[in-house]
Amino acid sequence: MGTISLKNISKSFGSTQVLNNLNVDINDGEFLTLVGPSGCGKSTLLRIIAGLEQQTSGDVLIDNKNVNRVRASERDLAMVFQSYALYPHLTVRRNLETPLRLRDYNAFERLPLIGNFSPSKKEKTESINQLVNKTSETLKISELLDRKPGQLSGGQRQRVALGRAMVREPVAFLMDEPLSNLDAALRVHMRSELSELHNSLKTTFVYVTHDQAEALTMSSRMAVMIDGNLLQLDTPQEVYDNPSSLSVAQFVGSPKINIFKGTADSGGTVGFLNVNLKRKSSESNTDLHIGIRPEHLEITNESNENTFSGTVAYRENLGSDIFFHVNIEDGSNKIIVRGLPQFTHQISNGSSVNIKRVSDKALLFNEAGMRVQFTNA
Amino acid sequence: MEAKQYIGEGWKHAILIIGAIVVMLPFYMMVSMSLKSQQEIQSISGGLIGAQETQTFPVCVKTGYSEETCTMKPYQYNYWFAFEKAPIPRYLMNGVIVTLSIFIIQVLVALPCAYALAKLRFYGREFVFSMVLFCLLIPVHGIALPLYVMLAQAGLVDTYSALILPWTISVFGIFLMRQFFMTVPDELIDAARMDGMGEYAIVWKVMLPTAIPALLAFAIFSVVAHWNDYFWPRMVITGNRDLFTPPLGIREFRGGIDSDEFGPMMASIVTVTVPLIVAFIIAQKRFIEGITLTGMK
Repeated sequence: MGTISLKNISKSFGSTQVLNNLNVDINDGEFLTLVGPSGCGKSTLLRIIAGLEQQTSGDVLIDNKNVNRVRASERDLAMVFQSYALYPHLTVRRNLETPLRLRDYNAFERLPLIGNFSPSKKEKTESINQLVNKTSETLKISELLDRKPGQLSGGQRQRVALGRAMVREPVAFLMDEPLSNLDAALRVHMRSELSELHNSLKTTFVYVTHDQAEALTMSSRMAVMIDGNLLQLDTPQEVYDNPSSLSVAQFVGSPKINIFKGTADSGGTVGFLNVNLKRKSSESNTDLHIGIRPEHLEITNESNENTFSGTVAYRENLGSDIFFHVNIEDGSNKIIVRGLPQFTHQISNGSSVNIKRVSDKALLFNEAGMRVQFTNA
Repeated sequence: MEAKQYIGEGWKHAILIIGAIVVMLPFYMMVSMSLKSQQEIQSISGGLIGAQETQTFPVCVKTGYSEETCTMKPYQYNYWFAFEKAPIPRYLMNGVIVTLSIFIIQVLVALPCAYALAKLRFYGREFVFSMVLFCLLIPVHGIALPLYVMLAQAGLVDTYSALILPWTISVFGIFLMRQFFMTVPDELIDAARMDGMGEYAIVWKVMLPTAIPALLAFAIFSVVAHWNDYFWPRMVITGNRDLFTPPLGIREFRGGIDSDEFGPMMASIVTVTVPLIVAFIIAQKRFIEGITLTGMK
């Protein structure tokens, strides 16, 4: 089992409130990502789960047991750190053995030299060796076992750090931005490896990242945190398609969602620029933010009441897609539009373009940044 | 390299060589005098090792040895007589016992203390650290008398304890190790906690191995200071020659009936200095190794 429940967790450092009454239930075997911009408190939350930090108020439950007063070492969780935090003076083998030695050997057996006289030590050592060998084979680090961390590359250290967490078969893995020290290609590769690892281990993963792409690609559910508040906790697809607030919509998705200023009239008809939406807003007579993702806008030759025009300020070619940064004619917005290379390769900086909206994809937010639904009519 | 650069380098080396000569000269004198006869020393003749003429040494005879025993070459006489006159091996052993005990206890105290000051959060930490800094400012000589009185009251004068106890808490050691521990990443300690280590295990199994270079630097300071210390042993060892440390032992050769006999005196100084120099050379090699060992990123 590996369920973790956080109930009304608050944390403040002095007068600074870092976490604000958070409630999260993490299911057994789930890959939950805590995602948010730097300084949103996600790492602090992870450290509270780990027991490395004490919450100001609230309860942490692991497998329905309150662990508020249980020390980090006794919570049976394993953590992977951003800097890997391998013991620099020990070989990879000893690094992997350390958590097992601490768990399996008693105080006497851990003593140097005379500890070897304990009759049960030999058996335990053998089982430790087996576990280490098994783990290093899973992670393909068998040939690195006799090296020291200083002699390993970033990716290899990453694997060793994972291995040190895995050997103990903990109830849950906590990962604090484990991929952010790797280069871009390796990071993408490790994403898929981590997902595979999660599938084969079937253990609970709690993963902290500021990279929304990692959250979207790997997690079964993601929790979006901003400024110490939990804004939305849902599957990645749901968070992307159906963000609960403007901040979530702006944080999740790359390039960023386009926000237009608009209004809803007394009948609930939403208008922005020269465009009116077909669907009606549930809030009327108010100013609104209309969010449209770059892939829901397209460059077109048409010019009608559903299109608006602008000039291309900058063209970002990613090969599979081209993103056009467009200044809209009235000068109010700079927006990003995705174009497919085969249709848009001839458009260059400075050319003026017409932009069409893909219907049914707009998101409405009120002045306070909260989501406004369309009426079903 | 061009000629100009050679000249520039040459200047640097010339200045460094002059500095080296100034530092080495007393050592040269020491070694040279430990090999020469008294007349050669007093007439400043004979170069490095003197003529090494076999002769009979009057001071030796005066001390009560037969003339036959006292006839030998100066270098033999100097070292033989130094060891004859004072139990130098005993002094050396005392030096080792005292300096090692001091260093080991200093480490046992300073490491947990520095760890707490660097990595644990507790009420009053800043105050405690400021007291450590404050203690750094107190000169030993300022508190020597009260310390002596306390040891005397406790009946510890003329014991090893008197030589060791006052030095067991080294604020310099605490400060130095604290500064080093500040550079150890917090994540490493958190990782050790997650692996199941207690705080003491972290100090000895994680912090100590990463701190080897700093610890060696501290060892050099501590051992050299207490090996060479004359002031404190002179105060607390009043009569018992069995407890003399090497510097006290050297004093044996000063003055007395036989006036100042420099040859055996310098010979004893050489024997006292050599262990330190050897230890330093070994430590220096490990020192550099230690720096390259910490491959932490």
